[in-house]
Amino acid sequence: MLVVRNLVKDFGKMRAVNRVSFQIKEGEVVSLVGPNGAGKTTLVNLISGHIMPDEGEIIFMERNITRFPPHKRIKMGIARNFQITQLFPELTVLDNVRNCVFSIRGLIGQFFKPSDNYEEVTSRAREILRRFHLDHLEGELPANLSEGDKKVLDIAMAYALESRLLLLDEPTSGVATSDKFKIMETIVKAIDRSKMAAMIVEHDMDIVFDYTDRVLVLREGTIMADGVPRQVMEEPEVRATLFGIGA
Amino acid sequence: MAGLATKRKKTGALVLLIIGFVLLPQVIPSYQLVLLESGLCFAILGLGFNLLLRYTGLLSFGHGAYFAAGAYAVGMIGRYAPELYRMEVLIPAAIVFSAILAAIFGFVCVRHTRIFFSILTLALSMLVFATLVKLYYVTGGSDGIRVGIPPVLGHAFKGMRRPQFLEGFYYYFLLGWVIVSVAFMYLLVRSPFGKAIQAVRDNEIRAEMIGIRVKRFRWWAFLVSGAYAGLAGGLWSFVNGHVTPELAHWVFSGEVVYMTLLGGFKSFAGPIVGAIVFTFLKLYAVSGTEYWMLIIGITLIGIVLLLPGGLVGGLVILLERAKARAPWRS
Amino acid sequence: MVLYILNGLYFGAFLFLTSLGLTIILGVMGILNLAHGSLFALGAFMAAWTIGLLATGPPSTALILAIICSMALTAAVGFLLERSLIKPIIRRPLEYQLLITFGALLLMEDVIKLVWGGEARYASAPFDSMGRANLLGLEYPWYFVFVMALTALAGAAVWVVMARTRAGIMLRAIAMDRDMAEAMGIPIKRLSSLAFMLGASMAGLAGALMVPTSPALLGIGMEPLIMAFIVVVIGGMGSLKGAVVGSLLVGQARSFGVGFLPELEMPILFLIAVLILIGRPQGMFGKG
Repeated sequence: MLVVRNLVKDFGKMRAVNRVSFQIKEGEVVSLVGPNGAGKTTLVNLISGHIMPDEGEIIFMERNITRFPPHKRIKMGIARNFQITQLFPELTVLDNVRNCVFSIRGLIGQFFKPSDNYEEVTSRAREILRRFHLDHLEGELPANLSEGDKKVLDIAMAYALESRLLLLDEPTSGVATSDKFKIMETIVKAIDRSKMAAMIVEHDMDIVFDYTDRVLVLREGTIMADGVPRQVMEEPEVRATLFGIGA
Repeated sequence: MAGLATKRKKTGALVLLIIGFVLLPQVIPSYQLVLLESGLCFAILGLGFNLLLRYTGLLSFGHGAYFAAGAYAVGMIGRYAPELYRMEVLIPAAIVFSAILAAIFGFVCVRHTRIFFSILTLALSMLVFATLVKLYYVTGGSDGIRVGIPPVLGHAFKGMRRPQFLEGFYYYFLLGWVIVSVAFMYLLVRSPFGKAIQAVRDNEIRAEMIGIRVKRFRWWAFLVSGAYAGLAGGLWSFVNGHVTPELAHWVFSGEVVYMTLLGGFKSFAGPIVGAIVFTFLKLYAVSGTEYWMLIIGITLIGIVLLLPGGLVGGLVILLERAKARAPWRS
Repeated sequence: MVLYILNGLYFGAFLFLTSLGLTIILGVMGILNLAHGSLFALGAFMAAWTIGLLATGPPSTALILAIICSMALTAAVGFLLERSLIKPIIRRPLEYQLLITFGALLLMEDVIKLVWGGEARYASAPFDSMGRANLLGLEYPWYFVFVMALTALAGAAVWVVMARTRAGIMLRAIAMDRDMAEAMGIPIKRLSSLAFMLGASMAGLAGALMVPTSPALLGIGMEPLIMAFIVVVIGGMGSLKGAVVGSLLVGQARSFGVGFLPELEMPILFLIAVLILIGRPQGMFGKG
């Protein structure tokens, strides 16, 4: 689904992303790991379109999206979250998700019927909330949610947009350890393996092992390993990068 | 089920309210009825204004421009195209004329937010004001234009004086428009469009990310808001009998903001309540004392400092306190 | 022709003083002070009263005293306004800020009426006493020259305060980034009051200077407010340079406009303000 070839990004003299190439297929959940400053967030920004690369290509669903602006990539099915959750604070949890469903169905501009009367859309929104274990909170405002639930809501909204590729930048950061696994469980279960894929930036190795199919290890802008977590973690260089100096 | 019961109660209360309004002319003296009619026009204005403020998150400090557009549409037709001077032409003209103005002004305004938006709306309405004053040979200048009683659907109110007209037919006509405006706005803010503009208000970036075209939705809200103001202006022109450039001055727009906050801008009914209360408050202040600006100024400061939720907000707080004290009544 | 330019400079002087006040408050506190015109009016009435009181003495002394009293009064009122009305709502949304200064405007207009009554107050003695000069072949009132000179002095004084004194530098820091300034330990509360007092006294000075040429009337503050607003928009919010350039430009535009196109003068000024807000909202010298 996603093919990244020889991606390069410089910030002045500093090369943040150095000839990065990899692929993500449908149904894969790939984690992106590496020490701080390795270029993980930059890479995510390049794929989501918030930064343009200096060299290289990004192919998504067989289209060259290298120069596409973010909103065009969103329409094509790339969705991302941000480290600070971006929700609609004065709308209910249900409305937060429902707006996404309205939008993707092209109904968001309609003004002559109350949104509650749109049965199909509302039940779809409820179904999504159920998938993400948020259905009991549907009438709440985001402020009343726990940090973990807010993160999940954020991702539920991306899911509601029927995105094909989810880019998740540290989805469990700021969440209590006990909730981390619940959240990852929810997210990974919700991903419809037949149509979607996800790339998750993570620091927690337990999560990488338990929930992701493949791991990309990034150091100083270069991919130094790409494979199944068990195999990759056995390489001494990888272990040094992640757990030794610079980790 | 609880949901259905409250819905029935609410509908019942609403029906009673409407019946109350319909029967009002029998009960209150005519000068108060005329004042109420003024208040009802401002209620429509406030409803439109609050679509922008509360639901889209944009503070327009120049909404008088669209009110003036509607009012002057009526006045100008009366002056320059008297053969078209019929209610069935005048009200649509007021709406269309103000909507066009709002469309043009809105196009430039929605590209900015917060203080720049407010300042821009203020400057635009002062531009309208200055034009209305200076082009006196077209617009009547600071003297304004007289507005007479138009025929409605062929029926000319021959020989009827204005107070009679306002007590009779016009009250119910206006009430009808109020009901239509309220109903339409109610539907609008609950529709997907309404939810979309609230999303834009809450988080512009995220809204764009989920596929809502922020500028376009803001523009539509601006347009509807302006059309409401124009309708209100057109309807008001008959109540006042006279339209002047002051309607486009920023002070009048400031009063619009005031009445909305007085009623409470966080609630749907707030602007309606605020408009009616303000109209009466202003008249009693003006007729009661030479220093009415002092009264209005102090009440304004009081509202901002002590009762930010406005009258409706305050009422809600009172009701909740009462509920908390009497938990057996739910 | 020369007369138009001179008159433009004269208008510009008043514009400068009022817009300077408005822009300082806007820049340092982020508040559009809708009561600014009322401060101008307050200055005018105070000056007219003082000059009237000292009518028996020499007019120039009366003028100096009037200026001092007006500035002191408006500074004090500015302090009061800032402490009682602005401070509580500084973190609240924009609508509350605009409304509370609007409320202050209404309040002050009627307080002026209460204290000084509704009639026009004349105080032309200082103007008359200065006589006319012969400037470039034209007869030009010395008073106008005095106003321009005093304004230039006031502007220079404010510039020195902002650029060279510690208080001024702190004010500019607050204008740039309020939260950062607070984090750096700058006494925001005291300086906010100072900014407001400074801005208010400028408006008071302008009002005082106007009175010898034009009587103090109820509602006299409305036009200076709008004009100052236009200047601030054109010159840039929070910018001293902008206030200078903006008031020079608008002063000239007003002078020539009134002379050649009196009908369109006002609408054109607003149109320019609108175009600037559309194309370059930060004005000529303001920050974005």
